[in-house]
Amino acid sequence: MSTPIETDVVIVGAGPCGLFAVFELGLYDLKCHLVDILDRPGGQCAELYPEKPIYDIPAWPEISGQALTDKLMEQIAPFKPEFHFNRMVSGFRKLDNGRFEVETDEGELLHCHAVVIAAGGGSFQPKRPPVPGIEAYEGSSVFYSVRRMEEFRGQDLLIVGGGDSALDWTLNLQPVAKSVTLVHRRPDFRAAPDSVNKMFALREQGKINFHVGQVSGLKGEGGQLTAATVKGPDGETDIP
Amino acid sequence: MTKITLVAFDGTRFDVDAVNGSTVMENAIRNSVPGIEAECGGACACATCHVYVDEAWTDAVGTPQPMEEDMLDFAYDVRPTSRLSCQIKVRDELEGLIVHVPERQA
Repeated sequence: MSTPIETDVVIVGAGPCGLFAVFELGLYDLKCHLVDILDRPGGQCAELYPEKPIYDIPAWPEISGQALTDKLMEQIAPFKPEFHFNRMVSGFRKLDNGRFEVETDEGELLHCHAVVIAAGGGSFQPKRPPVPGIEAYEGSSVFYSVRRMEEFRGQDLLIVGGGDSALDWTLNLQPVAKSVTLVHRRPDFRAAPDSVNKMFALREQGKINFHVGQVSGLKGEGGQLTAATVKGPDGETDIP
Repeated sequence: MTKITLVAFDGTRFDVDAVNGSTVMENAIRNSVPGIEAECGGACACATCHVYVDEAWTDAVGTPQPMEEDMLDFAYDVRPTSRLSCQIKVRDELEGLIVHVPERQA
């Protein structure tokens, strides 16, 4: 256990509400620490639709999720909030001195006078696709995020999705991996057009593969994946 | 009014008299159809009102706009008949429409 961090307020969630709470509490001269499962501020706005216009923010007829987050960060900067990203609050109790103790899943302890729960729809957890038996491969052959690129060096990779994460990792991991195959359920992408163009260029050069379809099955043993079955418009294909 | 039917994942049928111009999602929520969450309230900003349009109705209902297609990427078990029910407006031509609720939302 680490030494507890002493502060005035702990805010659970660094989405728009959590961020603006820093401002309001700052006016009362209260210092805030924020805990969020994501690796950056903005919560759902920044994670799910950073570039999508939002229309229900007072005084902003139209603003994107990322711009809203950036503006909030600018607004609260004078109050010097401290962020604890990639953390989930795992414990909470009242101390004998009347203060609260908040514990994160990384083992940090925060002591404070008050806790603000600004958790919105809850913490972001990976969405498990409907593939039978996928649990057996999680953490060994199936990953929901890339923490260290090195872990994928020299491997045959299958990347599923059509957003910025899928495309960015296809482009970034291509030089590192033995092979990269991108699978998306349709030939159109949500990702930035520039990334999509780069991906198609790599495909032209034969450096990556791209299939339209969805993963319908996994083959392997003991958590080690050997092939994935992809169901597309032209039937099922096994990809090593 | 247009009669539409929502079939929950467990097979329960909800026959609804829907007002033309309302969305299939709004009717699902108003009638507490289980499995339709509609977290964003109909802004095409999430994928929690995902339904499968009955095969017989896919032509009448039509195909999703690009923004809806983008959101469908986030849905669970997307199929060719997948739509977001907040983007289907009830109209006379949809009299008798049947949609099926998936096992779960995203």
